[in-house]
Amino acid sequence: MKQPFTYIGKDIKRIDLAEKAQGKVRYTDDTNIAGMLHAKLHTSTEAHANITEIDISKAWEIAGVHAIITGEDFPFPVGPMLADRPPLAIEKTRYYGEPIAIVVADTEQQAKRAAEQIQVTYEPLPIIQSPREAMKKDAITIHENLGSYKVQVEGVHAVPGTNIANHTKIRKGDIEQGWQQSEVMVESSFSFSPADHAALEPRVARVEILPNGKVMVTTSTQGPFYVKKLLSEFFQIDAGNIMVHTPFVGGAFGGKGTVQLEFLAYLASRATGGKLVRIANSREEDMVTSPVHIGLEATVKLGARSDGTLTAAHYEFLFDGGAYSDMGAGMSKAAAVDCTGPYKLEHVSCDSYCMYTNHPYATSFRGFGHPELTFVMERMMDLLAKKLNLDPIQLRLNNLIKPGDTTPTQVHLNASNIGDVRACLQQVKKSIQWDEGQRTKTTDGKIRTKGVAAFWKTSSTPSNATAGVLLTFNTDGSVNLNCAAVEIGQGTKTVLAQILAEKLQLDMNKIHVTIEVNTMYDPHQWKTVASSTTYLAGRAVIAAADDAIRQLLQIGSVALKCLPDDLAVGNGRIYLRDSPEYFIPIKDVATGYKYPNGNTVGGLIIGKGSHVVRHLTPIDPETGFGKPGPQWTVGAQAVEVEYDPTDCTYRILQAATALDAGKVINPIAARSQMRGGMYLGLSWASRETFVFDDQGKVLNPQFRTYDTLRLSEIPTYKVDFIETPLIDGPYGARGIGEYGVIGMAGALANSLSHAADAELTELPLIPELIWKTIKGEV
Amino acid sequence: MNHLPQTIQVQINGQVKTLMVRQAELFLDTLRNAGLTGAKPGCKNGDCGSCTILVDHIPIQACQLFSMEVMDKNIMTIEGLIDQTVQKAFEEKWALQCGYCTPGYILNAYALLQHHPNADEETMKQWLDSNICRCTGYQEIIDAVTLLIDRNEYHEHHS
Ligand code: FES
Ligand code: FES
Repeated sequence: MKQPFTYIGKDIKRIDLAEKAQGKVRYTDDTNIAGMLHAKLHTSTEAHANITEIDISKAWEIAGVHAIITGEDFPFPVGPMLADRPPLAIEKTRYYGEPIAIVVADTEQQAKRAAEQIQVTYEPLPIIQSPREAMKKDAITIHENLGSYKVQVEGVHAVPGTNIANHTKIRKGDIEQGWQQSEVMVESSFSFSPADHAALEPRVARVEILPNGKVMVTTSTQGPFYVKKLLSEFFQIDAGNIMVHTPFVGGAFGGKGTVQLEFLAYLASRATGGKLVRIANSREEDMVTSPVHIGLEATVKLGARSDGTLTAAHYEFLFDGGAYSDMGAGMSKAAAVDCTGPYKLEHVSCDSYCMYTNHPYATSFRGFGHPELTFVMERMMDLLAKKLNLDPIQLRLNNLIKPGDTTPTQVHLNASNIGDVRACLQQVKKSIQWDEGQRTKTTDGKIRTKGVAAFWKTSSTPSNATAGVLLTFNTDGSVNLNCAAVEIGQGTKTVLAQILAEKLQLDMNKIHVTIEVNTMYDPHQWKTVASSTTYLAGRAVIAAADDAIRQLLQIGSVALKCLPDDLAVGNGRIYLRDSPEYFIPIKDVATGYKYPNGNTVGGLIIGKGSHVVRHLTPIDPETGFGKPGPQWTVGAQAVEVEYDPTDCTYRILQAATALDAGKVINPIAARSQMRGGMYLGLSWASRETFVFDDQGKVLNPQFRTYDTLRLSEIPTYKVDFIETPLIDGPYGARGIGEYGVIGMAGALANSLSHAADAELTELPLIPELIWKTIKGEV
Repeated sequence: MNHLPQTIQVQINGQVKTLMVRQAELFLDTLRNAGLTGAKPGCKNGDCGSCTILVDHIPIQACQLFSMEVMDKNIMTIEGLIDQTVQKAFEEKWALQCGYCTPGYILNAYALLQHHPNADEETMKQWLDSNICRCTGYQEIIDAVTLLIDRNEYHEHHS
């Protein structure tokens, strides 16, 4: 059978493979510029304290110091959703590791030595270490002036006089009626502390302010245009005067989707009269001073009929957003709008809060609230299955959401905007060999168990999220693809090139993609987050290609003396549809078509295209009613462990994912994205967490003590895709980048709870937690 | 304290270089300042392996060396690994995403194959466990190195 596509759905080699394997790729900090100054931070040693004095006199004694900047130099709060964070602490510090002063010096060593000489006098305040404590009536308020902060995006609801940075309410159906219909109920609480993204490349930024006022920024970010936007807003610089350049990015996982070091580098440059200043995080700073992965305390009540049909659910999510709201406010909302997971529920109430605490502040993490809510919901489903004595997969199958149902925010689902979660769950059931037994014993006394999780996620993008693409042609007929999507490792630029190759029917090596991003040359793009790039930028590629094709046909019709409609574009040619041997190469028209007598017509072919999400609405503050994203990608995951009951240790044997990708554009790339996500989810769920002392200090801000899953510990990964096309997705594709991570914590916790015969409600799932849970000490 | 720079001589990628270094300078910084940025700082604490280089054919984390210590040693960085066999295997198996960890893995894997061309699974994993990759989930890296062992890439010429 003839394949309908030439490039879509093919294992096309990543365009950056060779360069990366050679170590030739330059990341932000791989450029050393003569004369560049270096900035280092002095950070807080207290988690919550008034700052009574900052003595910088000793720091000035260090040779090579150019400038020392403190909060007083810019006493205005910044922030992506709620402007609540001074770039440098002023009057008080709210977390251990918070930037208090910047020293700029000739060398990094000098800056560091000088920063160490800064003496800060603190007056300690009571420390809040959990969101539940923060919620208490008599809790100290971490932000006294909460009511005066500027709300940056619609839909953030802080409550002045409390520690609530954002409150999202969902009220669907009639919860009382739901409880009345319930014949069984389960209720449980869950919690985990903040952790880290720990992308291998620490965050780094450079800023120079040119004499003409232009601000030149180079930074490792997922949102070059976002950096530009926030710098412009908070420092009152015309957006047109800001240039943000993003070279290759060494991993991000959401952690580079916000703005922090760029503000500091700008202040540092400004203080030195505009000199080029670099600020680079150490690993320790990257883990604690820069934003982290959010923590959570949740309580859920679930009601069902005795046959297992879900009737009602109430969720209380108290996110540990840390000292500042940043994107934590958005994650608490994203978790609320999808709180039920992919299940049909008519009666839902949810109160989701982003709470201020004295922990490092949180920002987006791959999955944006969903790995977190899914851990909670999927544990609940297993608790319910146990209570009803039903097979956990059967209980889920009985309740899965489908076209015709509505989401917690009452969006009507149809065959396009939601994938086929049933098919995913069935597939994963097969992959993990569920029917061979959920629990078996090995001959050496170990216990093998399996756990599952089903999940969904919509993008929770702003209602005007957009992307653009510009196509220009070279004289050899090849095409340059310019787009501000950031290559953070996910292979996005390869996928975009494939879409273009398909549209133009042009060989992949005739497509040149600019991997680095520069806001001066690339069209605007919101950010590279929320698994939205294939959709947004992919649609923009299609639009730009259509635009270029229209122009090519027009000029082709002149050259070939026919109507544009008679022609088609492919293989680097414009040819007659009915006799392709009659053609003109694109290279002969891309810069204008020259008649034999020298007259030229046409000019440059420049294709442009953009796409913006449509019909999204903010959600209603009282009921949550509204449309938070264009579509829901769904999936299911399963984990098998081998548990040793003698010491509560375990090995993860298998991890399986089945995801409805809509259309898989590049199977190898998609599978590797899934495996990477599964790894990140398993690593987080099994061992990643910050450990705080009673003063709110992070005790493990290093890879040596912040444990991650290592190479020798990985399971066998199994990845399958279902393809239910998204009608308005590029070739039917849905966003998939984050999804591998989402169900892992839930599936692992379910599997281990089964193995240990103890209901695990916390993360990370370390042997000590299991042991304590068994002993009833949790 | 004497902070004055000193001169060291070291052989890097086959070339003898004379470099000015501070006494407390990490060799990782020296390399990067000299334009050899293939070695990446991921932790500067000996925990992640992204700065791995070969010192007299042994993989060592460049952040764990003072520049003064490498005097007269024979250094290889990713830029000097002319033999492309390992790189090609990493390409073939897509053993990278963001690529930040990749040079460290490639040098570690290269050294493993030099020392243990027939490494069994346990030995391979033991060696590779000293590096961290946050993107790939590790399977592809294992696949790439397994491929090299199975193909007996280094056996004939080196043992
Ligand atoms: S930077 Fe040297 S081991 Fe991490
Ligand atoms: S590919 Fe990104 S850390 Fe390994």
